[in-house]
Amino acid sequence: MTPLSWLAIACILAGVFFFIAGTVGLMRLPDRLSRLHALTKADNVGLGLLVLGLLLEGPGLLNGIKLVLIWLFVLAASATGAHLIAKRALRGDGEDDR
Amino acid sequence: MSLSDIHLAVALLLLSTMSIGLIRVAIGPTPSDRLMAAQLLGTSGIGLLLVLITVIRVPALIDVALVFSLLAAVAIVAFTRRRVEEDT
Repeated sequence: MTPLSWLAIACILAGVFFFIAGTVGLMRLPDRLSRLHALTKADNVGLGLLVLGLLLEGPGLLNGIKLVLIWLFVLAASATGAHLIAKRALRGDGEDDR
Repeated sequence: MSLSDIHLAVALLLLSTMSIGLIRVAIGPTPSDRLMAAQLLGTSGIGLLLVLITVIRVPALIDVALVFSLLAAVAIVAFTRRRVEEDT
């Protein structure tokens, strides 16, 4: 295997590590906002490293563009969602206090 | 050990983190926690589809992952626009 594919495997494994860390944070952290913090790390960095590793394996131009687009869409969704959930939790106008 | 073996191992690891995350969906305690766990499930699912492409040799899975990532924002936005007093 070439050094580039070793680098790709290292990136993918680092991404999986972030997913595991996000799950552990989601299970172990005490309150809602800190769990939100753990979750967004897993979303952004974990999937980013996974996509970077898959890009290094050389999937071709069109697939590469699709991979980067997937990451950008998840970034946008996760950032927007984190802000919306945090604002809802701080304002307390959801059903969370029942 | 070939590349698709490593991808299969990664896919199994992602599946196990997804199933552990389901516990948070079950125990809550607030609806926000359940939604956050579901969001992590969605993102792990996207990663799972991307590594499964080389394992089961279905290149069209990348389009499935693209649609998943497009729809990821919709559930959260629909959830946070909901108010208690509108439910009566």
